[in-house]
Amino acid sequence: MAAKSIISRPVYGTLGPQPGKHHLFIADAEGALAIRDMAGSAPAGFFDGAEIVFIPGSDGKHIAALEMLKPAQFHQAPSFASLLPRLRQTLANAHMGLRLYLAGTEGLIGQAMQVALEAGIDHTSIQTEHRGSLARRMQCVHCKGITENVTTQPATCAHCGLLLLVRDHYSRRIAAFQGVCINAEDRSEIPPMEEVFR
Amino acid sequence: MGITFRKETFRDDFTFRNSPEHIRRFPFPFHEDAYMYAVNIEPHVVGSRGSVLENLIDVDEHYVAEMQDRALVLAEDPLRCQSLPHMTLAGWDLLELLMEQQALGYPEHFTLTRDGDRWRWINRPLGIDDTFTFGDTSTLPYGPMEYITRQSQGDFCILDQRDGNLWMDAGMVTTQADWSLDFDIGMNFFEWHAPVPLAHEKGIFVRALKFLTNIQQGKPARRLNWTMTINPRLDTSPENYHKWGPDRATVTPENVGDKVHLRVELQSFWRLPRSNGIVFPIRCYLIKMDELVTQPKWARRLHRVIRDLPDELANYKGLTRYRPALVEWLSKLDDGSATSPGFGPD
Repeated sequence: MAAKSIISRPVYGTLGPQPGKHHLFIADAEGALAIRDMAGSAPAGFFDGAEIVFIPGSDGKHIAALEMLKPAQFHQAPSFASLLPRLRQTLANAHMGLRLYLAGTEGLIGQAMQVALEAGIDHTSIQTEHRGSLARRMQCVHCKGITENVTTQPATCAHCGLLLLVRDHYSRRIAAFQGVCINAEDRSEIPPMEEVFR
Repeated sequence: MGITFRKETFRDDFTFRNSPEHIRRFPFPFHEDAYMYAVNIEPHVVGSRGSVLENLIDVDEHYVAEMQDRALVLAEDPLRCQSLPHMTLAGWDLLELLMEQQALGYPEHFTLTRDGDRWRWINRPLGIDDTFTFGDTSTLPYGPMEYITRQSQGDFCILDQRDGNLWMDAGMVTTQADWSLDFDIGMNFFEWHAPVPLAHEKGIFVRALKFLTNIQQGKPARRLNWTMTINPRLDTSPENYHKWGPDRATVTPENVGDKVHLRVELQSFWRLPRSNGIVFPIRCYLIKMDELVTQPKWARRLHRVIRDLPDELANYKGLTRYRPALVEWLSKLDDGSATSPGFGPD
Protein backbone atom coordinates (compact mmCIF):
# COMPACT_ATOMS: atom_id res chain seq x y z
CA MET A 1 0.00 0.00 0.00
CA ALA A 2 1.15 3.52 -0.73
CA ALA A 3 1.92 5.66 2.31
CA LYS A 4 -0.32 8.59 3.32
CA SER A 5 0.69 11.70 1.48
CA ILE A 6 -0.51 14.98 -0.01
CA ILE A 7 -4.00 15.48 -1.41
CA SER A 8 -3.11 15.30 -5.10
CA ARG A 9 -1.54 11.87 -4.64
CA PRO A 10 -4.08 9.26 -5.79
CA VAL A 11 -5.73 7.06 -3.20
CA TYR A 12 -6.74 3.56 -4.22
CA GLY A 13 -9.44 1.38 -2.77
CA THR A 14 -10.53 -2.21 -3.00
CA LEU A 15 -12.46 -3.46 -6.02
CA GLY A 16 -16.10 -4.21 -5.30
CA PRO A 17 -18.84 -5.38 -7.69
CA GLN A 18 -20.98 -2.45 -8.83
CA PRO A 19 -24.57 -2.64 -9.97
CA GLY A 20 -24.88 -2.68 -13.74
CA LYS A 21 -24.82 -4.91 -16.78
CA HIS A 22 -21.49 -4.00 -18.36
CA HIS A 23 -18.18 -4.21 -16.53
CA LEU A 24 -14.75 -3.47 -17.98
CA PHE A 25 -11.69 -4.61 -16.02
CA ILE A 26 -8.20 -3.45 -16.89
CA ALA A 27 -5.37 -5.00 -14.93
CA ASP A 28 -1.69 -5.76 -15.07
CA ALA A 29 0.45 -8.36 -13.28
CA GLU A 30 -0.70 -8.80 -9.68
CA GLY A 31 -3.78 -6.71 -10.38
CA ALA A 32 -5.28 -10.01 -11.55
CA LEU A 33 -5.40 -11.08 -7.90
CA ALA A 34 -7.54 -8.05 -7.02
CA ILE A 35 -10.10 -9.16 -9.62
CA ARG A 36 -9.98 -12.76 -8.39
CA ASP A 37 -10.47 -11.62 -4.78
CA MET A 38 -13.42 -9.45 -5.78
CA ALA A 39 -15.05 -12.29 -7.69
CA GLY A 40 -15.83 -14.00 -4.39
CA SER A 41 -18.35 -11.31 -3.50
CA ALA A 42 -19.77 -10.86 -7.01
CA PRO A 43 -23.35 -12.00 -7.67
CA ALA A 44 -23.94 -15.03 -9.89
CA GLY A 45 -23.64 -14.24 -13.57
CA PHE A 46 -21.64 -11.05 -12.87
CA PHE A 47 -18.86 -11.92 -15.31
CA ASP A 48 -21.35 -12.74 -18.10
CA GLY A 49 -21.37 -9.01 -18.78
CA ALA A 50 -17.67 -8.43 -18.12
CA GLU A 51 -14.64 -7.85 -20.27
CA ILE A 52 -11.23 -8.38 -18.72
CA VAL A 53 -8.21 -6.85 -20.37
CA PHE A 54 -4.96 -8.08 -18.89
CA ILE A 55 -1.32 -7.16 -19.33
CA PRO A 56 0.66 -9.99 -17.73
CA GLY A 57 3.93 -9.24 -15.97
CA SER A 58 7.22 -10.59 -17.26
CA ASP A 59 6.60 -13.85 -15.38
CA GLY A 60 3.35 -14.45 -17.31
CA LYS A 61 1.46 -15.47 -14.17
CA HIS A 62 -2.24 -15.16 -13.26
CA ILE A 63 -3.69 -15.70 -16.74
CA ALA A 64 -5.40 -18.91 -15.75
CA ALA A 65 -6.88 -17.32 -12.63
CA LEU A 66 -8.67 -14.74 -14.77
CA GLU A 67 -9.80 -17.22 -17.42
CA MET A 68 -11.44 -19.28 -14.67
CA LEU A 69 -13.81 -16.36 -14.01
CA LYS A 70 -15.26 -16.96 -17.50
CA PRO A 71 -15.72 -13.34 -18.48
CA ALA A 72 -17.71 -12.63 -21.63
CA GLN A 73 -14.44 -11.44 -23.16
CA PHE A 74 -10.85 -11.95 -22.10
CA HIS A 75 -8.11 -10.08 -23.88
CA GLN A 76 -4.39 -10.25 -23.25
CA ALA A 77 -2.18 -7.33 -24.28
CA PRO A 78 1.62 -7.28 -24.32
CA SER A 79 1.86 -3.65 -23.10
CA PHE A 80 -0.28 -0.65 -22.29
CA ALA A 81 0.76 1.08 -25.51
CA SER A 82 -0.44 -1.88 -27.57
CA LEU A 83 -3.75 -1.82 -25.71
CA LEU A 84 -4.47 1.88 -26.28
CA PRO A 85 -6.29 1.80 -29.65
CA ARG A 86 -8.57 -1.03 -28.49
CA LEU A 87 -9.28 0.68 -25.18
CA ARG A 88 -10.10 4.00 -26.85
CA GLN A 89 -12.54 2.31 -29.19
CA THR A 90 -14.17 0.29 -26.40
CA LEU A 91 -14.73 3.45 -24.36
CA ALA A 92 -15.92 5.48 -27.35
CA ASN A 93 -18.56 2.83 -28.12
CA ALA A 94 -19.52 2.19 -24.51
CA HIS A 95 -23.07 2.83 -23.36
CA MET A 96 -24.14 4.78 -20.32
CA GLY A 97 -23.73 2.60 -17.28
CA LEU A 98 -20.47 0.88 -18.16
CA ARG A 99 -18.54 0.20 -14.95
CA LEU A 100 -14.78 0.53 -15.04
CA TYR A 101 -12.38 -1.33 -12.70
CA LEU A 102 -8.62 -0.77 -12.72
CA ALA A 103 -6.18 -2.94 -10.79
CA GLY A 104 -2.44 -3.36 -10.65
CA THR A 105 0.50 -0.98 -10.76
CA GLU A 106 0.11 2.78 -10.35
CA GLY A 107 1.34 3.29 -13.90
CA LEU A 108 -1.40 1.04 -15.29
CA ILE A 109 -4.15 2.56 -13.16
CA GLY A 110 -3.05 6.09 -14.02
CA GLN A 111 -2.78 5.57 -17.76
CA ALA A 112 -6.07 3.68 -18.01
CA MET A 113 -7.76 6.44 -15.99
CA GLN A 114 -6.25 9.04 -18.31
CA VAL A 115 -7.89 7.36 -21.31
CA ALA A 116 -11.18 7.05 -19.41
CA LEU A 117 -11.10 10.77 -18.52
CA GLU A 118 -10.55 11.63 -22.17
CA ALA A 119 -13.64 9.54 -22.95
CA GLY A 120 -15.64 11.63 -20.49
CA ILE A 121 -15.83 9.20 -17.55
CA ASP A 122 -15.75 10.87 -14.12
CA HIS A 123 -12.71 9.73 -12.17
CA THR A 124 -14.71 9.29 -8.96
CA SER A 125 -16.89 6.65 -10.64
CA ILE A 126 -13.91 4.39 -11.38
CA GLN A 127 -13.03 1.51 -9.04
CA THR A 128 -9.31 1.13 -8.41
CA GLU A 129 -7.09 -1.21 -6.45
CA HIS A 130 -3.35 -0.99 -6.24
CA ARG A 131 -1.39 -4.25 -6.33
CA GLY A 132 2.24 -4.89 -6.98
CA SER A 133 5.05 -2.46 -7.66
CA LEU A 134 5.09 1.12 -6.35
CA ALA A 135 7.27 2.17 -9.28
CA ARG A 136 6.19 5.60 -10.51
CA ARG A 137 5.47 7.16 -13.84
CA MET A 138 7.18 10.54 -13.69
CA GLN A 139 6.96 13.63 -15.86
CA CYS A 140 10.02 15.87 -15.94
CA VAL A 141 8.66 19.40 -15.45
CA HIS A 142 11.61 20.78 -17.42
CA CYS A 143 11.66 18.78 -20.67
CA LYS A 144 8.13 17.24 -20.22
CA GLY A 145 9.50 13.77 -20.97
CA ILE A 146 7.89 10.80 -19.19
CA THR A 147 10.12 8.30 -17.43
CA GLU A 148 8.43 4.96 -16.69
CA ASN A 149 9.01 2.67 -13.72
CA VAL A 150 10.91 5.10 -11.51
CA THR A 151 12.00 3.32 -8.34
CA THR A 152 14.58 5.72 -6.91
CA GLN A 153 14.60 9.05 -5.10
CA PRO A 154 16.00 11.17 -6.67
CA ALA A 155 15.70 9.82 -10.22
CA THR A 156 17.42 10.70 -13.46
CA CYS A 157 15.21 11.98 -16.28
CA ALA A 158 15.51 9.45 -19.12
CA HIS A 159 15.26 12.30 -21.62
CA CYS A 160 17.17 15.40 -20.48
CA GLY A 161 19.32 13.73 -17.84
CA LEU A 162 18.56 16.16 -15.00
CA LEU A 163 18.52 14.71 -11.50
CA LEU A 164 14.90 15.01 -10.33
CA LEU A 165 13.11 15.02 -7.01
CA VAL A 166 10.10 12.73 -7.52
CA ARG A 167 7.27 14.63 -5.86
CA ASP A 168 4.00 13.21 -4.55
CA HIS A 169 2.22 15.86 -6.64
CA TYR A 170 0.28 13.92 -9.26
CA SER A 171 -1.64 14.87 -12.42
CA ARG A 172 -4.47 12.59 -13.55
CA ARG A 173 -4.45 14.36 -16.92
CA ILE A 174 -0.80 13.49 -17.51
CA ALA A 175 -1.00 10.26 -15.47
CA ALA A 176 2.31 11.01 -13.81
CA PHE A 177 4.05 12.30 -10.72
CA GLN A 178 6.02 15.50 -11.09
CA GLY A 179 9.79 15.43 -11.24
CA VAL A 180 11.64 18.68 -10.40
CA CYS A 181 15.40 19.26 -10.58
CA ILE A 182 16.73 18.47 -7.10
CA ASN A 183 20.01 20.32 -7.38
CA ALA A 184 19.08 23.23 -9.62
CA GLU A 185 20.60 25.78 -7.25
CA ASP A 186 23.97 24.02 -7.15
CA ARG A 187 24.58 21.18 -9.60
CA SER A 188 27.58 19.98 -7.60
CA GLU A 189 25.27 18.88 -4.78
CA ILE A 190 24.42 15.28 -5.62
CA PRO A 191 22.19 13.65 -3.00
CA PRO A 192 22.43 9.86 -2.69
CA MET A 193 19.97 7.90 -4.83
CA GLU A 194 17.83 5.50 -2.82
CA GLU A 195 15.51 2.76 -3.99
CA VAL A 196 12.20 3.83 -2.41
CA PHE A 197 9.39 3.01 -4.87
CA ARG A 198 9.37 -0.77 -5.03
CA MET B 1 -1.44 62.74 -18.09
CA GLY B 2 -0.73 59.10 -18.77
CA ILE B 3 1.73 56.61 -17.39
CA THR B 4 5.33 56.80 -18.60
CA PHE B 5 6.12 53.21 -19.47
CA ARG B 6 9.64 52.08 -18.64
CA LYS B 7 11.91 50.30 -21.11
CA GLU B 8 13.34 47.48 -19.03
CA THR B 9 14.03 43.75 -18.88
CA PHE B 10 13.18 40.89 -16.52
CA ARG B 11 15.96 38.61 -17.76
CA ASP B 12 19.58 38.70 -18.93
CA ASP B 13 20.71 42.23 -17.96
CA PHE B 14 17.76 42.75 -15.54
CA THR B 15 17.24 46.47 -16.00
CA PHE B 16 13.88 46.45 -14.15
CA ARG B 17 13.59 49.26 -11.56
CA ASN B 18 10.79 51.00 -9.68
CA SER B 19 10.48 54.77 -9.86
CA PRO B 20 10.29 56.59 -6.48
CA GLU B 21 6.49 56.90 -6.87
CA HIS B 22 6.22 53.18 -7.54
CA ILE B 23 8.32 52.35 -4.49
CA ARG B 24 5.85 54.21 -2.29
CA ARG B 25 2.86 52.49 -3.88
CA PHE B 26 4.38 49.03 -3.53
CA PRO B 27 1.83 46.63 -1.95
CA PHE B 28 3.90 45.73 1.11
CA PRO B 29 2.23 42.56 2.42
CA PHE B 30 2.96 42.62 6.17
CA HIS B 31 0.64 44.52 8.48
CA GLU B 32 2.56 43.38 11.58
CA ASP B 33 6.08 42.23 12.44
CA ALA B 34 5.35 38.53 11.87
CA TYR B 35 3.82 36.32 9.19
CA MET B 36 1.70 33.19 9.24
CA TYR B 37 -0.86 31.88 6.76
CA ALA B 38 -4.37 33.16 7.15
CA VAL B 39 -7.42 33.35 4.92
CA ASN B 40 -6.65 37.03 4.45
CA ILE B 41 -9.41 37.68 1.94
CA GLU B 42 -11.23 41.04 1.78
CA PRO B 43 -13.57 42.74 -0.66
CA HIS B 44 -11.72 44.00 -3.74
CA VAL B 45 -12.87 47.61 -3.66
CA VAL B 46 -11.17 50.73 -4.97
CA GLY B 47 -8.51 52.10 -2.60
CA SER B 48 -6.73 55.38 -2.18
CA ARG B 49 -5.43 57.50 -5.06
CA GLY B 50 -1.90 56.64 -6.07
CA SER B 51 -2.07 53.14 -4.55
CA VAL B 52 -2.12 49.89 -6.54
CA LEU B 53 -5.81 49.73 -5.60
CA GLU B 54 -6.73 53.01 -7.26
CA ASN B 55 -8.15 50.81 -10.03
CA LEU B 56 -9.38 47.25 -9.61
CA ILE B 57 -7.18 46.13 -12.52
CA ASP B 58 -3.90 47.96 -12.02
CA VAL B 59 -1.77 49.09 -14.95
CA ASP B 60 1.62 50.53 -14.03
CA GLU B 61 4.91 51.77 -15.46
CA HIS B 62 6.06 48.17 -16.10
CA TYR B 63 3.12 47.31 -18.38
CA VAL B 64 4.82 47.38 -21.77
CA ALA B 65 7.98 45.63 -20.61
CA GLU B 66 5.94 42.91 -18.86
CA MET B 67 3.92 42.24 -21.99
CA GLN B 68 7.14 41.95 -24.00
CA ASP B 69 8.52 39.46 -21.46
CA ARG B 70 5.28 37.44 -21.66
CA ALA B 71 5.58 37.25 -25.45
CA LEU B 72 9.13 35.90 -25.08
CA VAL B 73 7.99 33.23 -22.59
CA LEU B 74 5.12 32.12 -24.85
CA ALA B 75 7.35 31.91 -27.89
CA GLU B 76 9.63 29.53 -25.98
CA ASP B 77 6.87 27.54 -24.29
CA PRO B 78 3.30 27.84 -25.63
CA LEU B 79 2.04 25.48 -22.88
CA ARG B 80 2.10 28.41 -20.44
CA CYS B 81 -1.25 29.38 -21.91
CA GLN B 82 -3.87 26.63 -22.02
CA SER B 83 -7.64 26.44 -22.01
CA LEU B 84 -9.62 23.21 -21.82
CA PRO B 85 -12.33 23.00 -24.51
CA HIS B 86 -15.27 23.91 -22.24
CA MET B 87 -13.60 27.18 -21.13
CA THR B 88 -13.94 29.35 -24.24
CA LEU B 89 -17.02 31.18 -22.95
CA ALA B 90 -15.18 32.02 -19.74
CA GLY B 91 -12.40 33.40 -21.93
CA TRP B 92 -14.87 35.84 -23.49
CA ASP B 93 -16.04 36.79 -20.00
CA LEU B 94 -12.47 37.59 -19.07
CA LEU B 95 -11.86 39.57 -22.24
CA GLU B 96 -14.87 41.73 -21.44
CA LEU B 97 -13.80 42.25 -17.82
CA LEU B 98 -10.23 43.26 -18.66
CA MET B 99 -11.18 45.53 -21.56
CA GLU B 100 -13.82 47.28 -19.45
CA GLN B 101 -11.58 47.72 -16.42
CA GLN B 102 -8.52 48.89 -18.34
CA ALA B 103 -10.57 51.32 -20.42
CA LEU B 104 -12.30 52.61 -17.28
CA GLY B 105 -9.13 53.14 -15.28
CA TYR B 106 -6.85 54.37 -18.06
CA PRO B 107 -8.93 56.06 -20.80
CA GLU B 108 -5.83 57.79 -22.18
CA HIS B 109 -4.27 54.38 -22.93
CA PHE B 110 -7.22 52.06 -23.68
CA THR B 111 -10.54 52.57 -25.46
CA LEU B 112 -13.38 50.10 -25.87
CA THR B 113 -16.31 50.91 -28.16
CA ARG B 114 -19.25 48.55 -28.56
CA ASP B 115 -21.91 48.41 -31.21
CA GLY B 116 -23.90 45.30 -30.36
CA ASP B 117 -21.50 42.37 -30.82
CA ARG B 118 -19.18 44.50 -32.93
CA TRP B 119 -16.39 45.68 -30.60
CA ARG B 120 -13.40 47.93 -31.24
CA TRP B 121 -10.45 47.75 -28.87
CA ILE B 122 -7.66 50.30 -28.92
CA ASN B 123 -4.56 49.61 -26.83
CA ARG B 124 -2.24 52.58 -27.42
CA PRO B 125 0.81 51.46 -25.36
CA LEU B 126 1.03 48.24 -27.42
CA GLY B 127 -0.10 49.82 -30.70
CA ILE B 128 -3.20 47.63 -31.10
CA ASP B 129 -6.46 48.69 -32.80
CA ASP B 130 -8.68 45.65 -33.47
CA THR B 131 -12.33 45.33 -34.41
CA PHE B 132 -13.93 41.96 -33.75
CA THR B 133 -17.21 40.17 -33.11
CA PHE B 134 -17.74 39.38 -29.45
CA GLY B 135 -18.25 35.61 -29.11
CA ASP B 136 -16.73 34.74 -32.49
CA THR B 137 -13.24 33.37 -31.94
CA SER B 138 -12.43 33.48 -35.66
CA THR B 139 -12.41 37.30 -35.52
CA LEU B 140 -9.43 37.45 -33.10
CA PRO B 141 -5.80 36.47 -33.73
CA TYR B 142 -5.82 34.25 -30.60
CA GLY B 143 -8.47 32.68 -28.40
CA PRO B 144 -10.20 35.34 -26.25
CA MET B 145 -8.31 34.52 -23.05
CA GLU B 146 -4.92 34.49 -24.74
CA TYR B 147 -5.72 37.64 -26.73
CA ILE B 148 -6.56 39.79 -23.73
CA THR B 149 -4.02 38.31 -21.30
CA ARG B 150 -1.23 39.10 -23.75
CA GLN B 151 -2.33 42.68 -23.02
CA SER B 152 -2.85 42.52 -19.25
CA GLN B 153 -0.31 42.44 -16.45
CA GLY B 154 -0.33 39.43 -14.14
CA ASP B 155 -1.09 35.76 -14.50
CA PHE B 156 -4.70 34.65 -14.93
CA CYS B 157 -6.31 31.39 -13.88
CA ILE B 158 -9.88 30.68 -14.87
CA LEU B 159 -11.64 28.28 -12.56
CA ASP B 160 -14.70 26.28 -13.50
CA GLN B 161 -17.18 25.77 -10.67
CA ARG B 162 -18.87 22.37 -10.42
CA ASP B 163 -19.47 19.62 -7.85
CA GLY B 164 -18.93 22.15 -5.06
CA ASN B 165 -15.33 22.62 -6.11
CA LEU B 166 -13.22 24.89 -8.33
CA TRP B 167 -11.29 23.40 -11.22
CA MET B 168 -8.20 24.98 -12.77
CA ASP B 169 -9.35 24.58 -16.34
CA ALA B 170 -7.70 27.51 -18.15
CA GLY B 171 -4.90 29.95 -17.58
CA MET B 172 -2.18 32.29 -18.79
CA VAL B 173 0.73 31.71 -16.45
CA THR B 174 4.11 33.22 -17.31
CA THR B 175 5.07 35.11 -14.13
CA GLN B 176 4.42 32.40 -11.60
CA ALA B 177 6.05 31.66 -8.29
CA ASP B 178 7.19 28.16 -9.12
CA TRP B 179 4.05 26.26 -10.08
CA SER B 180 3.19 24.68 -13.41
CA LEU B 181 -0.10 25.35 -15.19
CA ASP B 182 0.70 22.55 -17.62
CA PHE B 183 0.90 20.08 -14.75
CA ASP B 184 -1.93 21.46 -12.63
CA ILE B 185 -4.52 22.18 -15.34
CA GLY B 186 -7.67 20.12 -14.75
CA MET B 187 -7.04 19.79 -11.00
CA ASN B 188 -9.49 20.86 -8.32
CA PHE B 189 -8.82 23.46 -5.62
CA PHE B 190 -7.39 21.01 -3.08
CA GLU B 191 -5.32 19.11 -5.61
CA TRP B 192 -3.47 22.07 -7.09
CA HIS B 193 -2.75 23.39 -3.58
CA ALA B 194 -1.62 19.95 -2.40
CA PRO B 195 2.10 20.79 -2.16
CA VAL B 196 1.57 23.82 0.14
CA PRO B 197 2.79 22.93 3.65
CA LEU B 198 0.94 23.62 6.94
CA ALA B 199 -2.12 25.28 5.40
CA HIS B 200 -4.20 22.12 4.81
CA GLU B 201 -3.93 21.14 8.47
CA LYS B 202 -5.10 24.60 9.49
CA GLY B 203 -8.25 24.14 7.42
CA ILE B 204 -7.32 27.14 5.30
CA PHE B 205 -8.24 25.65 1.95
CA VAL B 206 -11.62 24.35 3.11
CA ARG B 207 -12.59 27.83 4.31
CA ALA B 208 -11.09 29.55 1.30
CA LEU B 209 -13.01 27.29 -1.08
CA LYS B 210 -16.26 27.97 0.76
CA PHE B 211 -15.64 31.69 0.40
CA LEU B 212 -14.63 31.52 -3.26
CA THR B 213 -17.53 29.36 -4.44
CA ASN B 214 -19.87 32.00 -2.97
CA ILE B 215 -18.33 34.99 -4.74
CA GLN B 216 -21.02 37.01 -6.46
CA GLN B 217 -20.98 38.94 -9.70
CA GLY B 218 -19.83 42.51 -9.21
CA LYS B 219 -18.37 41.76 -5.77
CA PRO B 220 -14.77 40.68 -6.33
CA ALA B 221 -12.43 39.81 -3.45
CA ARG B 222 -8.66 39.95 -3.00
CA ARG B 223 -5.74 38.77 -0.92
CA LEU B 224 -2.00 39.31 -0.89
CA ASN B 225 0.60 36.56 -1.06
CA TRP B 226 4.38 36.89 -1.15
CA THR B 227 7.67 35.20 -1.77
CA MET B 228 11.17 36.33 -2.71
CA THR B 229 13.00 36.17 -6.00
CA ILE B 230 16.66 36.63 -6.86
CA ASN B 231 16.97 39.20 -9.63
CA PRO B 232 13.80 40.82 -10.99
CA ARG B 233 12.82 37.72 -12.91
CA LEU B 234 9.15 37.34 -13.77
CA ASP B 235 9.43 33.85 -15.21
CA THR B 236 10.28 31.81 -12.13
CA SER B 237 8.48 28.75 -13.46
CA PRO B 238 9.31 25.20 -12.42
CA GLU B 239 9.84 24.54 -16.14
CA ASN B 240 12.86 26.83 -16.03
CA TYR B 241 13.92 26.19 -12.42
CA HIS B 242 17.17 24.58 -13.58
CA LYS B 243 17.96 27.89 -15.31
CA TRP B 244 17.03 30.38 -12.57
CA GLY B 245 17.70 28.18 -9.51
CA PRO B 246 21.47 28.88 -9.61
CA ASP B 247 20.70 32.60 -9.02
CA ARG B 248 19.88 31.71 -5.41
CA ALA B 249 23.47 30.65 -4.85
CA THR B 250 24.79 34.02 -6.06
CA VAL B 251 23.59 36.10 -3.09
CA THR B 252 26.45 37.59 -1.05
CA PRO B 253 26.41 40.14 1.80
CA GLU B 254 27.57 42.74 -0.75
CA ASN B 255 24.83 42.21 -3.35
CA VAL B 256 21.74 41.54 -1.18
CA GLY B 257 20.34 45.02 -1.78
CA ASP B 258 20.52 44.68 -5.53
CA LYS B 259 19.74 40.99 -6.07
CA VAL B 260 17.12 40.05 -3.49
CA HIS B 261 13.57 41.07 -4.40
CA LEU B 262 10.36 40.88 -2.45
CA ARG B 263 7.73 39.43 -4.76
CA VAL B 264 4.14 40.24 -3.86
CA GLU B 265 1.10 38.79 -5.53
CA LEU B 266 -2.11 40.75 -5.50
CA GLN B 267 -4.62 37.99 -6.08
CA SER B 268 -8.18 38.90 -6.89
CA PHE B 269 -11.24 36.75 -7.48
CA TRP B 270 -14.08 37.66 -9.81
CA ARG B 271 -17.28 35.83 -10.71
CA LEU B 272 -17.73 35.68 -14.48
CA PRO B 273 -21.24 36.46 -15.71
CA ARG B 274 -21.87 34.05 -18.61
CA SER B 275 -19.81 31.00 -17.67
CA ASN B 276 -20.30 31.27 -13.88
CA GLY B 277 -16.56 30.61 -13.65
CA ILE B 278 -14.16 32.51 -11.41
CA VAL B 279 -11.18 34.37 -12.75
CA PHE B 280 -8.23 34.63 -10.48
CA PRO B 281 -5.72 37.26 -11.60
CA ILE B 282 -2.36 36.92 -9.86
CA ARG B 283 -0.65 40.25 -10.26
CA CYS B 284 3.06 40.19 -9.43
CA TYR B 285 4.93 43.18 -7.97
CA LEU B 286 8.70 43.13 -7.56
CA ILE B 287 10.91 45.39 -5.45
CA LYS B 288 14.61 45.05 -4.72
CA MET B 289 15.87 45.38 -1.16
CA ASP B 290 17.71 48.65 -1.92
CA GLU B 291 14.40 50.17 -3.03
CA LEU B 292 12.31 48.66 -0.24
CA VAL B 293 14.53 49.88 2.58
CA THR B 294 14.16 53.48 1.45
CA GLN B 295 11.04 53.17 3.67
CA PRO B 296 12.52 52.62 7.17
CA LYS B 297 9.36 51.04 8.57
CA TRP B 298 9.37 48.36 5.86
CA ALA B 299 13.07 47.62 6.46
CA ARG B 300 12.53 47.04 10.19
CA ARG B 301 9.42 44.96 9.68
CA LEU B 302 10.78 42.80 6.86
CA HIS B 303 13.83 42.03 9.00
CA ARG B 304 11.63 40.71 11.80
CA VAL B 305 9.36 38.73 9.46
CA ILE B 306 12.17 36.97 7.61
CA ARG B 307 14.18 36.34 10.77
CA ASP B 308 11.21 34.70 12.56
CA LEU B 309 9.69 32.81 9.61
CA PRO B 310 9.10 29.09 10.39
CA ASP B 311 11.69 26.94 8.59
CA GLU B 312 9.03 25.00 6.70
CA LEU B 313 7.68 28.20 5.17
CA ALA B 314 11.14 29.53 4.40
CA ASN B 315 11.93 26.28 2.67
CA TYR B 316 8.67 26.23 0.67
CA LYS B 317 9.31 29.79 -0.43
CA GLY B 318 12.84 28.85 -1.47
CA LEU B 319 14.60 31.29 0.88
CA THR B 320 16.71 28.80 2.81
CA ARG B 321 19.96 29.23 0.95
CA TYR B 322 20.21 33.00 1.22
CA ARG B 323 18.12 33.72 4.33
CA PRO B 324 21.15 34.16 6.66
CA ALA B 325 22.75 36.74 4.35
CA LEU B 326 19.44 38.56 3.94
CA VAL B 327 18.65 38.64 7.68
CA GLU B 328 22.17 39.87 8.46
CA TRP B 329 21.86 42.65 5.87
CA LEU B 330 18.40 43.72 7.07
CA SER B 331 19.40 43.57 10.76
CA LYS B 332 21.65 46.59 10.21
CA LEU B 333 18.59 48.61 9.28
CA ASP B 334 16.55 47.53 12.33
CA ASP B 335 17.19 49.68 15.38
CA GLY B 336 14.57 47.73 17.34
CA SER B 337 12.07 50.59 17.48
CA ALA B 338 8.35 49.96 17.11
CA THR B 339 6.64 49.87 13.72
CA SER B 340 3.34 51.62 13.12
CA PRO B 341 0.27 49.47 12.47
CA GLY B 342 -0.86 48.78 8.91
CA PHE B 343 0.87 48.04 5.61
CA GLY B 344 1.86 51.47 4.36
CA PRO B 345 5.14 53.34 4.76
CA ASP B 346 5.37 56.05 7.44
